Amino acid sequence: MRGFGAVAVVVIAMALVPFLGVSNVTLNFLIIALMIALAGQGWNVLGGYGGQYSFGHAAFFGTGAYVTAVLQVLYGVDAWIAFGLGIAGGALIGAIVGGLTFRSGLRGSYFALVTLAFAEVLRILSSVAPVTGAGVGILVKLDLRPAAMQFESRAGFYWMILALVAVALTVTQIIERSRFGVWLIAVRENEDAAAALGVNATAIKVIAMVISGAITAAAGCFYVQYFLFIDSGLAYGTWISIEALLTPIIGGVGTVFGPLLGALVVRALGEGAQRITGGEAPGLDLVVYGCVLVLIVGFAPRGLMGGLSQLRSRLWHPARAVKVHHG
Amino acid sequence: MAEPLLQLERISRRFGGLTAVNAVSLAIAEGRITALIGPNGAGKTTLFALIAGFLKPSGGTIRYRGEDVTGEAPHRLARRGIARTFQIVQSFGGLTVRDNILVGAYLHHAARERALAFAEQIAGELGLASLLDRPAATLTVAGRKRLELAKALATEPKLLLLDEVLAGLNPSEIRDMVPVIRGLCQRGIAIVMIEHVMQAVMSLAEHVFVLAEGRIIAEGTPPQVAADPAVVEAYLGHGAAARLGGAHAH
Amino acid sequence: MLSPAILTAAVVNGLLTGAVYALIALGLTLVYGVLHIINFAHGALLTAAMFAAYFAYRLLGIDPYLAVVLLAPAFFCIGYALQRFVIGPASHGDDRNMLLVTLGLAVVIENALLFAFRADTRTLDLPYALSGVDLGFTFLPLPRLIGFVTVFVVTLALWLMMSATDTGRAIRAVAKEKLGAELAGIDVAHIYAVTFGLGTACVAIAACLLIPSYYVNPNAGNAFVLVAFTIVVLGGMGSVPGALIGGLVIGVVESLSSLFLGESLGQIGIFLLFIAVLLVRPSGLFGARA
Repeated sequence: MRGFGAVAVVVIAMALVPFLGVSNVTLNFLIIALMIALAGQGWNVLGGYGGQYSFGHAAFFGTGAYVTAVLQVLYGVDAWIAFGLGIAGGALIGAIVGGLTFRSGLRGSYFALVTLAFAEVLRILSSVAPVTGAGVGILVKLDLRPAAMQFESRAGFYWMILALVAVALTVTQIIERSRFGVWLIAVRENEDAAAALGVNATAIKVIAMVISGAITAAAGCFYVQYFLFIDSGLAYGTWISIEALLTPIIGGVGTVFGPLLGALVVRALGEGAQRITGGEAPGLDLVVYGCVLVLIVGFAPRGLMGGLSQLRSRLWHPARAVKVHHG
Repeated sequence: MAEPLLQLERISRRFGGLTAVNAVSLAIAEGRITALIGPNGAGKTTLFALIAGFLKPSGGTIRYRGEDVTGEAPHRLARRGIARTFQIVQSFGGLTVRDNILVGAYLHHAARERALAFAEQIAGELGLASLLDRPAATLTVAGRKRLELAKALATEPKLLLLDEVLAGLNPSEIRDMVPVIRGLCQRGIAIVMIEHVMQAVMSLAEHVFVLAEGRIIAEGTPPQVAADPAVVEAYLGHGAAARLGGAHAH
Repeated sequence: MLSPAILTAAVVNGLLTGAVYALIALGLTLVYGVLHIINFAHGALLTAAMFAAYFAYRLLGIDPYLAVVLLAPAFFCIGYALQRFVIGPASHGDDRNMLLVTLGLAVVIENALLFAFRADTRTLDLPYALSGVDLGFTFLPLPRLIGFVTVFVVTLALWLMMSATDTGRAIRAVAKEKLGAELAGIDVAHIYAVTFGLGTACVAIAACLLIPSYYVNPNAGNAFVLVAFTIVVLGGMGSVPGALIGGLVIGVVESLSSLFLGESLGQIGIFLLFIAVLLVRPSGLFGARA
């Protein structure tokens, strides 16, 4: 129960932030960071716990975004229902892509390549298809009522994204302690050994991808509600595929809080980079992200959470601190 | 005679031009220890891979408890009760010993508490109780071999394939492992072991199959097989049997 | 509706383009064949080389075809350094980490270019860009003809190097059996870096060949590289003839599908082909095990 307790503490603490009188700029920063964290939490289920590194998670983000936007704008569907269907869309894409790739036995670099290709195909399709607004994109009408899932104050959006992150944290925690989670980790560590112990690796990976897709799609749905605009580059662009994998890796793959920690750090670095150059510096934040990625992989492959747990064991149990090699 | 637990009928496996396993037929009875011996490259590990589902046969059938399981995937065979250890130990290095065994325990115990309890019980039976919280990668060779065994046992198999489980162990470690293996058989698990450590084969096995160049060239009790000239020939080469035949019997 | 002349023209153009694709794919397949990693930074390196070729002409007045002599060795060194001092050490030998590191490099390089040069698209106007050979049913621009010939010269040079020099033999040894090569005294880290350098040099040459006929912007490399990935997967990872033949084939396929389906959907065709090959036969037509 310790894990769920930690989740509750963190969520409650974060929920109190709007009452501290922070500026809208700060709230905006936190909202975006939490949204990226959510996308990363999705990636983390498949990549962190499952060890399948997807380079095309934009496929889920964008699908969630477009489903939500199209249903509301073209078919007048209620915003909350559209949101739910957006998540379902992400899950469906996960089932399709996962089913196709894992049944073919694709792993490692090939899997990364295929996911990249899927995301690109969706991006190109959405940039020409009329239903997704072709090159122009889709604008969602401003309608500041909770019933339309839009809020007058930033705080409303903040609590909404925090709630989604909280759900994802809980789901991740449940996975970690469940049979599915142990089997998923086993598949990550050694797929053949897992199969010899009765684990249906393909089924496990597909399920992980479905969950992963659903969570990242939720981030896409939120994007649309917050920014009220989506186009093919924002939906399926490499920027979100990269941020979705960067945050868990920096924060700590295969941990519950990794993506959250990573998102806050990554976004802070990005903001910092923009501040230093006075704001007009396209691409600089991604340069920083890329460098951090290489540095983390090189020097701290278990990410920030890994560093924290090593620190903790050194401080509390200096004699028992065991250096475990990974990678 | 009772239905054999495992029946291989003319099982073959070809890799391009190489026939690694050539029309092998054998039967394994329930609850017995069988050894599979033969010179290096005879096809023993390939045969294990075929039985456990990691390779599909090029020909022949495999029957387990009377059912045709030819070509079934490894995880399904594991569920049926066929477990194997790997020649080169395949543990989940980053996980603790407990979590390693847990993976197998979860097969037939879906609830976390029961699976954990069962994993700890298995660990105790194999002398790993004190190592439960250690990362698997920090174990000694002997420890890792026991862990391999523990993982496989946690799946509650009826048929256990041990691939050179004694390799890399020093004599005292081997002496400790032999009764463990015998104990498994006493629980009703049929064991097939690939082994090069002859003292273990002699003391453990009730029946021995000798594989050379993909074919079964001899079978019988350990003393029968040891005296078989064809076996000596396979291990020591051309003419050795004749040269040794004059010397005193082993 | 489509006369044989138009079709033939499309095929010929496809072959000319395909040759340069093949060169890009060659660099990729070389790195995969020896290091067994997919270099996600390949596209970014191509973009960087294209910028280098562009500025070599704009600022120094060096013709792109002459710039090859300058840029190929320069980019060889860059590739060598990247593998030796960044990718190799950071990955600790783990495949998954190598994926991430090359991805990280790609992000850094592309966005550094974006930061430095903005997103504007630039083109070179070379005096001879419009001259060429008139075959009656089609016109073959001179730059693309030179490109076609250069690719074959480079491939021949590479093949000679691989079979006749000590380094080439060492590379082949490492590709086949790394541990054995190490035991035989070959410095694997150095060979890895040399191979990566060669792959990057290929890309630099390809950039010089492309620059007269194409545009350059921070995303340019990506467009070509996804095609290169498809070629490498189709022809077989690690197979040099596969990269060449695959390149020519894909060039023709792209040309024909653009003819029938238009520009954007033609691109999708390549991606779908890519996904299909990965799902059905990842080892490709000529390749080793996936």
